[in-house]
Amino acid sequence: MISEHLPILQVVIPLLAAPLCIFLRGRAAWGLAALASGSALAISLALLGRVLSTGAISYALGDWAPPVGIEYRVDAVNAWVLVIVSTIGAVVGPYALLSVEREIEARRIPLFYAAWLLCLSGLLGMAVTGDVFNVFVFLEISSLSAYALIALGRDRRALTSAFRYLVMGSVGATFIVIGIGLLYSMTGSLNMADLSELLPGVWDTRTVRVAYGFLAVGFCLKLALFPLHLWLPNAYTFAPSAVTAFMASTATKVAVYMLLRFFLTVFGAAFSFDVMRLDLVLLPLALAAIVSMSLVAIFQENVKRLLAYSSVAQIGYMILGLSFASATGLTATLLHLFNHALMKGALFMALGCVMYRIGSVRIEAMAGLGRRMPITMAAFVAGGLSLVGVPLTVGFVSKWYLIVGALERGWWPVAALVLLTSAMALVYVWRVVEAAYFRQASAGARRSGEAPWSLLAPTWALVLLNLYFGIDAMRTAEVARVAAELLLAGTGR
Amino acid sequence: MTTLLILALLLPVAGSALVLLLRRNPNAREAASLVTAGALFAVVFSIYQAVMRGERPAVVLAEPFPGVPIVLEAEPLGVLFALIASFLWIVTTAYAIGYMRGHHEENQTRFYTFFAFAIASTMGVAFAGNLFTLFVFYEVLSLTTFPLVTHAGTDAARRAGRVYLGILFSTSIVFQLLAIIWVYVLAGTLDFTPGGILEGRASAGMAPLLLGLFVFGIGKAAVMPFHRWLPAAMVAPTPVSALLHAVAVVKAGVFAVLKVTVYIFGTGFVTATAASVWLMWVAAATIILGSLVAFRKDNLKARLAYSTVSQLSYVVLGAMLANALGVIGSGMHIAMHAFGKITLFFCAGAIMVATHRTEVSQLDGLGRKMPLTFAAFLIGTLSIVGLPPAGGAWSKWFLGIGALEAGQVGLVAVLMLSSLLSLAYLMEIPLRGFFGRATEEGDPQPGHEDRAHGPDGGHGDHGFHGAPRWSLAAILVTAAACIALFIHPDPFYRLMTLVTAP
Repeated sequence: MISEHLPILQVVIPLLAAPLCIFLRGRAAWGLAALASGSALAISLALLGRVLSTGAISYALGDWAPPVGIEYRVDAVNAWVLVIVSTIGAVVGPYALLSVEREIEARRIPLFYAAWLLCLSGLLGMAVTGDVFNVFVFLEISSLSAYALIALGRDRRALTSAFRYLVMGSVGATFIVIGIGLLYSMTGSLNMADLSELLPGVWDTRTVRVAYGFLAVGFCLKLALFPLHLWLPNAYTFAPSAVTAFMASTATKVAVYMLLRFFLTVFGAAFSFDVMRLDLVLLPLALAAIVSMSLVAIFQENVKRLLAYSSVAQIGYMILGLSFASATGLTATLLHLFNHALMKGALFMALGCVMYRIGSVRIEAMAGLGRRMPITMAAFVAGGLSLVGVPLTVGFVSKWYLIVGALERGWWPVAALVLLTSAMALVYVWRVVEAAYFRQASAGARRSGEAPWSLLAPTWALVLLNLYFGIDAMRTAEVARVAAELLLAGTGR
Repeated sequence: MTTLLILALLLPVAGSALVLLLRRNPNAREAASLVTAGALFAVVFSIYQAVMRGERPAVVLAEPFPGVPIVLEAEPLGVLFALIASFLWIVTTAYAIGYMRGHHEENQTRFYTFFAFAIASTMGVAFAGNLFTLFVFYEVLSLTTFPLVTHAGTDAARRAGRVYLGILFSTSIVFQLLAIIWVYVLAGTLDFTPGGILEGRASAGMAPLLLGLFVFGIGKAAVMPFHRWLPAAMVAPTPVSALLHAVAVVKAGVFAVLKVTVYIFGTGFVTATAASVWLMWVAAATIILGSLVAFRKDNLKARLAYSTVSQLSYVVLGAMLANALGVIGSGMHIAMHAFGKITLFFCAGAIMVATHRTEVSQLDGLGRKMPLTFAAFLIGTLSIVGLPPAGGAWSKWFLGIGALEAGQVGLVAVLMLSSLLSLAYLMEIPLRGFFGRATEEGDPQPGHEDRAHGPDGGHGDHGFHGAPRWSLAAILVTAAACIALFIHPDPFYRLMTLVTAP
């Protein structure tokens, strides 16, 4: 009985838990949030299992049949994204308790968890829905709550960065809603499956192409594709640690998913790649993102900001996979969605532990931490190796598929560039490692001990996942391949 | 049989755990290292016997993604490498006991732990059944040796560590990985297969480029211009320089080059496409330039390091000749150079512990105080130069006639010139030792800061107290082995003929 309703429960549980949080006090609010995140993970895993064995699930909201009613439609692609988002939610949830108590005023903590759950349900909603207007609604839910979460950072610059994100994010959302409106005006439908059947009839109209452009810009803003990434570094730097860990691993991933969903399912891969030449538009942007942002990351002094720039570069990898317009390339993109969530989650959480103990994540403040916080720094090193793409970590698996994809297209300079930027990742990770292990401890570090286990356990859970799925990527690679083929279905790629 | 392969990988890991457990009792800790090393050699030796019987045991450890498993497989070339590394581990452990105590090194437990890990990774490299597995253990080897290189923890060690990991990682990530994935895309497999997997799949125009990506991407082979990490690594304690940076790590590099040439490209394919001609000359240039730089180094370990750079390219050159004799010479040079160079490093370390002298110019007359050490140095020198009665003569012989067979008379000239050069820069040391006029007692010149011997300089002299007994024993074993290998090189030769004519 209940299993039929899993698609809606996926969203509704955190959505309903959010207002309840406001009525609870500190730790109770956290308990509810952690519980809701945990149940979201259980649901998403169940959904993925079902989808892989029996194919796509369609759920009519309120029993109104699509395309008139709102349809929630889960296939291998978004079940995968749901698992990514809820995994991170479930791991960062327990982690948040101490980190948030340290970084946020006590009276705001229930509000924090309310916003947290809203953000989670917004992201899950965007992934689960099969209705384009519903996408916009959930987009706004997740974005507005994200602005609030970032603004809660204790550095006063958090306010300006949240405001900046708000402006850029709203511009993006407006572009998206304009695109959706134009599509509606041409087809009279908001249902994704329905749209994908109706659109080929009006492909040649200027309206549809303009809609395509609006949506492209809107999503690229939300997913922080270079050069539309300007909101991201500050937002990640000044947000509370738990928020950074959560957002960096989920928000941009869902935006990438929306891009794939709209352009490959709704418009169709044939239209995107053969008519609009999306691949040729994205390729230079992706390469520019990878190279320039890796370079910028090397020169950062604040490790959170360093990782934020690295995130923009990593998003470039995902978009690069898409621009190969092949099953291998898309497999790489989808794998990297998951893998990057694991590695950045682990890294930002390790930084959260550092923040908890010494109150700063600047490189010079982390000097000598290798001895003071060995477990935390070991997690950082493991996450860093994964980011570089050392074998037996998830980063290597993504990179492998990405390079196979490039070489299949015969683009060996692109492959070389990807590897070169891995070496650049080595440089920026190394700067932190060297400070932590080879420099004398600064005054702040001298006082600090190891972070509490309730921060370390979730961090290490993600680190171990990094290693596990790096050694046995059979399952993840298989799901990503199925999802990639689904996105390219009917195009013979 | 397959359990033996897994055992070869796990024994050193277990050894390092044991070392950690016994950290409170140094004698038990060192005994654990010795016992593990002995057991490992026994295991590798029984694998060797199985391979000589014609068996090729293989075991799949994991399959990270479809079509690319992590496989261990014993084949003759790998067995040769594993035999050398595991045997010399026993000797080096004995040496290290004397050295580390005599030199009052700190963090000895960490040292022995990572040492064992490095050996485990070396076994992984030796028994790698496909290119992916080789790459994985190659990278793990870089990681596990890093704490050994930076053992001293000084600024100099940190800088050296940066060069070490920087070059090894970036060449392997940028060139080697690209080449590996390229092979995978072309051939659909990465398995080491007699005769190679690329013939008919890679175009003749692409082959030179692809082979070049491998030769330069395997930074551990120290082909110029990616050789800087090796002299940098000399800041490590001498046992590390001796076993890892004369045997395990560098040989893992040239071993990988040889393996790629023989089992991925196939010698026939390399010859047919002339893919390796330009790389022969790169190797030749490294041989000569390495010797010339070695000449100019007054620091003994730095001189030996550049000598290694030069000698490694002999192995690369043999692989690039891509004929049976070249490959045999190449494989045998892996063995002969290992025994010769480890002897030289052992001597350098013993001299340093006994007298705190690190520069060649300070060695005058020391040979009369440490006759055994300097005699061993002389034997090691003969082996490196390739003169009878030392084993190095055989590998140089095969390399020389291999070059002739490939029609590269110019390369024969290079080999001869380089032998002369190495004779000159290495003979200086025993000559000074035995015939030089002794300098005043207890007045060694402090080393220069920019030399790769940071932790070893500046100790002040405690007066002469001879080489530690354990270390001296190790020196005598490897020196004797150099001579034994001249008389009886047969095991290694037979293994190599199995590689060239399976």
